[in-house]
Amino acid sequence: MNGQARNAPLREAQPLLEMRGVTKRFSGLIAVKQVDLSISAGEVVGLLGDNGAGKSTLIKLISGVYRPDAGQILFNGAPVSFSSPLEARDLGIETIYQDLALCENLNAYQNIFLGRERGRRRLGLFTEVDDAFMSAEAWKALEQLDIHIPNLRAPVRMLSGGQRQAVAITRALYWNARLLIMDEPTAALGVPEQQKVLELIHTLRLRHIPVILISHNLQDVFAVADRVIVMRRGDIAGERIISETSSNDLVGLMVGAHGC
Amino acid sequence: MLKLEVPNWQTGRSSALLTGQWAWIFLLILCIIFSFIGPGFFGFFNIQNIVTNMAFVLLLAMGQTFAIIAGGIDLSTGYVMGLASVVSARVVLWASGFLPLPLAMLLAVLVGLLVGILPGLVNGVIIARLAMPPFIVTLGMYGIARGTSFLFANGQPVSVPIDGIGALGNNYLLYFPPGRGVSFFQPPTGLTHDQMRDMVQLLPFQLIITVVVVLICIWLLARTRFGTHVYAIGGSREAARRSGIPVTRRTIQIYVLSASLATLAGLLYMFHYTSGTADAGDPLLIDSIAAVTIGGASLFGGEGSMIGTLVGALIIAVLQNGLVIVGIDPFWQFIAVGIVIILAVLIDRAKARISGV
Repeated sequence: MNGQARNAPLREAQPLLEMRGVTKRFSGLIAVKQVDLSISAGEVVGLLGDNGAGKSTLIKLISGVYRPDAGQILFNGAPVSFSSPLEARDLGIETIYQDLALCENLNAYQNIFLGRERGRRRLGLFTEVDDAFMSAEAWKALEQLDIHIPNLRAPVRMLSGGQRQAVAITRALYWNARLLIMDEPTAALGVPEQQKVLELIHTLRLRHIPVILISHNLQDVFAVADRVIVMRRGDIAGERIISETSSNDLVGLMVGAHGC
Repeated sequence: MLKLEVPNWQTGRSSALLTGQWAWIFLLILCIIFSFIGPGFFGFFNIQNIVTNMAFVLLLAMGQTFAIIAGGIDLSTGYVMGLASVVSARVVLWASGFLPLPLAMLLAVLVGLLVGILPGLVNGVIIARLAMPPFIVTLGMYGIARGTSFLFANGQPVSVPIDGIGALGNNYLLYFPPGRGVSFFQPPTGLTHDQMRDMVQLLPFQLIITVVVVLICIWLLARTRFGTHVYAIGGSREAARRSGIPVTRRTIQIYVLSASLATLAGLLYMFHYTSGTADAGDPLLIDSIAAVTIGGASLFGGEGSMIGTLVGALIIAVLQNGLVIVGIDPFWQFIAVGIVIILAVLIDRAKARISGV
């Protein structure tokens, strides 16, 4: 398995991701202004904010969809500049969108290996896909996250919403994700399934993989996050340690009731 | 421990009876019925005929399968086939004036392939790079290929009255004339009329070529990265792109492949009928789409298989052959195929409901 980079010890003192004065404008509108933030290994950071507060622009800056107009992004201490999301992914920054991540008609291991299928030479001439290898690897990777999918060969549309999230997360981890960005991971799920995804985020934290969690659901954020960053009008309105804050406090930051 | 299990999760089994297999069962029932009521239907040579004659529609349907599973469609294949037959006929006529026949035939194949692949390349590039709907682009190419074929043909079939030109498209691998042992590749000379009539002919070249191409297509779709990507693009273009699949390149490859198979059908047509006909493939286009649909492919993309298409094409061919043998007016075959198409989609819908899609 591609475990080397994943298991390499991260220096706890140095943040894995750091943004310094990052700004993004869209023809006159400042979507993100002068944002500083840092994420360290093993922490789950909730990103909150009303619609249009700049959350999704911010994560698109991190995941390589946009380039900042000003400021600097550092990953593992080194400045980075992505010209495409694929470049960010190569460094281990994975974004999991709630419904665009998987091909519903393909099975779990085909999705995990999608675009990076394992090939096997036949007669020294033709390369064909190595289903046995991929399904064994997928099974192992899922097992490591304590995820149990009854039939790896069933198309993922037959799986539950939580199982699909689990497949998407497993794919990210298998390919050496070092930072996961999850956009509303529980939005489309039933309550028991939401619970399972939150448990999965907890597992990621235990494995020292930091997660940026974007959610409208404050309950979810309180359940798994260590720290919360609240955005408002492109700016960071406040940052709180989860144990030192309350829903009212966070909502206050979101709507700007703390005076600004 | 985290258990991600849902109680109503469906194992594939309950719906498996309906998926895929129903087409086989239907084909089997058709064969049994025709075997009882159609004298001469159930026999090795009739079946060899059925399979040989469905070569053209099957080749178009194979290409169509790739396009449809990838969420597209290729309406241009019928006239790409015609174009290839006309162009190769013209080239053979011209080149046999100064080249020995085998070289003239080879040249015809090469030029035919070049001319036939071009529409596929144009289709693929426009669909992939300009994000145009495949239906519109290939409908446009249908018109272009149609007009070009008729222009090349001067509006009438281009017949190729050259000795030996039809060998590739009509000869068999093995001939067993009564009491004369076996000969390969062409019928032995000096046979009496009776011996000719009783001669056993096995494995026409056309059948062998088709079987090889079918096997390659089955393998391509089911066992290669290309095949996985075809399904992925049909399932979710966006997810495929995000996974790093070269969607543009794959899309172009799919339409080039479809045009190549149509071109191959056109070349085989020319060598079989020793004539290039602009509208050779026109009636086959709809049959080929029917075969893909009956075979379980979804026109929305992502679902289907090459084996399914093969069974679909067999159902159509058996219906056509069987109805003729039984002595029913051949126009009934259109009605029968039409009913089968609608039934196929109805069954797929029922199947989708059962598996909770």
